Amino acid sequence: MPSKTAREFSEAVEIRGHIIDSLILPKVLDAITVAGGSFTIENFVVGQTRHDPSFARVVVAAPTADLLAVILATISDHGASPVTSQDCQLVSADLSGTFPEGFYSTTNQRTEVRVDGTWLEVGRQEMDCGIVVDAARNEAHCVAMTDVDLGQQLVVGHGGVRVHPEERSQTSHGFEFMNSAVSTEKPKGVATAQVAKQLHDARIAGQKILIVGGPAIVHTGSVDHMTWLIRNGYVQRLFAGNALAAHDIEQAMYGTSLGVHLKSGDIVEAGHEHHLRAINRVRRLGGIRRAVETGQLNSGIMYECVKNDVDFLLAGSIRDDGPLPEVIADTLEAQRRMRERLRDISFCLMIATTLHSIAVGNLLPAWVRVVCVDINPSTVIKLSDRGSFQTVGLVTDVEPFLRALVADLARQTP
Amino acid sequence: MSEQARILMCSPDFYGIEYEINPWMNTQRQTEHPVAVSQWNDLRQILGDLGAAIELLSPVAGLPDLVFTANAALIYRDRAICSRFRHAQRQGEEQHDAAWLAAHGFTVETLPDDHFFEGAGDALFCGDTLFAGYRMRSQATSHQLVAKRIGHRVIPLELVDPYYYHLDTCFCPLRTGIAAYYPGAFDDYGRQALGEHIPTLIEVDKDEARSFACNAVVLGETVTTNTGCPFFHEQLRAIGFAPIATPLGEFVKAGGSAKCLTLRLDGEDAASWRVQHVDGFSYEGATE
Repeated sequence: MPSKTAREFSEAVEIRGHIIDSLILPKVLDAITVAGGSFTIENFVVGQTRHDPSFARVVVAAPTADLLAVILATISDHGASPVTSQDCQLVSADLSGTFPEGFYSTTNQRTEVRVDGTWLEVGRQEMDCGIVVDAARNEAHCVAMTDVDLGQQLVVGHGGVRVHPEERSQTSHGFEFMNSAVSTEKPKGVATAQVAKQLHDARIAGQKILIVGGPAIVHTGSVDHMTWLIRNGYVQRLFAGNALAAHDIEQAMYGTSLGVHLKSGDIVEAGHEHHLRAINRVRRLGGIRRAVETGQLNSGIMYECVKNDVDFLLAGSIRDDGPLPEVIADTLEAQRRMRERLRDISFCLMIATTLHSIAVGNLLPAWVRVVCVDINPSTVIKLSDRGSFQTVGLVTDVEPFLRALVADLARQTP
Repeated sequence: MSEQARILMCSPDFYGIEYEINPWMNTQRQTEHPVAVSQWNDLRQILGDLGAAIELLSPVAGLPDLVFTANAALIYRDRAICSRFRHAQRQGEEQHDAAWLAAHGFTVETLPDDHFFEGAGDALFCGDTLFAGYRMRSQATSHQLVAKRIGHRVIPLELVDPYYYHLDTCFCPLRTGIAAYYPGAFDDYGRQALGEHIPTLIEVDKDEARSFACNAVVLGETVTTNTGCPFFHEQLRAIGFAPIATPLGEFVKAGGSAKCLTLRLDGEDAASWRVQHVDGFSYEGATE
């Protein structure tokens, strides 16, 4: 059974041999279009010498399943055979928290598995996971290694699995001018305007926007820009660590961030203790939400999150002070909760954090648009290296970026 | 001619039209067996007289088409890639072909069960390249496998006219860079592919193609065909070949002719991989 996408039915085929010299490849492609189908060449390896065969992997698409079947039958005569004509192989998990040997390791791309001759779309797409299949319920989804339960049916090997890579065209991203994923030498104004447009469009469309932020947002004096974004509906979810929240609350309570007075830039005497005092006060009150409710916390990013019902998730790390009561110190638990809260996200803006950006990048499917803003190009490069190809990176200081972003959005927001 | 050519033939003791698996065959239009035997003997005589060593495969009752030895296998050096016939009526031939080839020094290879491949009937070298017919009998995927195994360029050509169900009924390599073909048996892609890879292509006209002009046995400069191909013979003479006509009408009734009745065991003259011996020296591959 072919897979059904929003627009059409499709099936990947492979053709090998001297398919250029024999004109078999153009013949197959012509046959597809003449019959009313369309094709995408996914992979094409041309033989180096005249004796070397070439190889093409072509995705054939048609508006109906019947037409696709007709086209596949026609081109199979010319040697184009479906990549997968077998069901995926399932093995029962014999040990909790582990995959069976030879497990299929997922990508962040849209994936399907063939079960009883039918292609099932894999849910909760995430890279570096396994795929668990519930044949009785006709359902398949990604599962993290630690979450494997005894007896679950897991896909092993590559047979009966097909992956549909996202198009990497710039137009589908909305970042037409940015041909390279990381840009240090591109006009920031244009890039910022495009991020603003994407955020604006997402908000109008009712899509959910996630901000993943680091404490540099506070250190650089960008709290007002962030709170504007929250108040104006541009943030539905915030992922951060202990530091962003701690320094934001420190600033709200003491006017300093890591002891530096944000208005004057002066180092305040004993200011280095401020963030500990802030954390301690919140811990004494029983949490950030409680601090807001009791009037002890009256401004800042976390205050606005509570006031505007922005769902925030603080994931802990080994160097955390305190931490704040809301911080989830169990990293596996934090991962699990992040996964749950990523399922409905369609736009993700990562600002000035390497650790959390990469963590979230690892959890996101490839079709979620990601913009990563960091003064350090390596953050964006690391994201891309780890497979989050959809990331568009802006290498810039956080404050001027957020200032320009807010100015752009303010012009579009009535 | 270089080293003595070796040709496998099978006497037509049990030849006849016992089934219909191509448009030529009609069980109502039987062969005249004595005539068939005489035509086959004449062909054998001609090829022998031209210096070829004729080797014989024993005929088997109930396998009338075993006489068409071209379909036994594709010969490549000392390897025989044996056929997997599409039609059940001919599948019984496979074991006899393979046994003979194995007994005569060939390394016998087969393709997977689900890959139809009909040997030299559908796979012919011209120079360095193997031209391979598909759709009617052999499958394109079989040729992909053959290409991988022998490491030569293989150009699959779709056969579009059921009367030309094997490539050797409509295409005949004469020597590296020269071949005859009947354009009507191919589609535009096939004609273009042939044109791009074979510098000299002789077009055989429709009537003479029907007389199996392309189903010729090439031995050096001599080209042996069925009768009824005078224009083709003129074309051959014009480029220095010496055509010979011999009546093979009884075999045309089954859809075969001179080439179908032979399997060149030492490689066709047009195959550049063939080791040729000239004046005591041997060299591999003809020059382009």
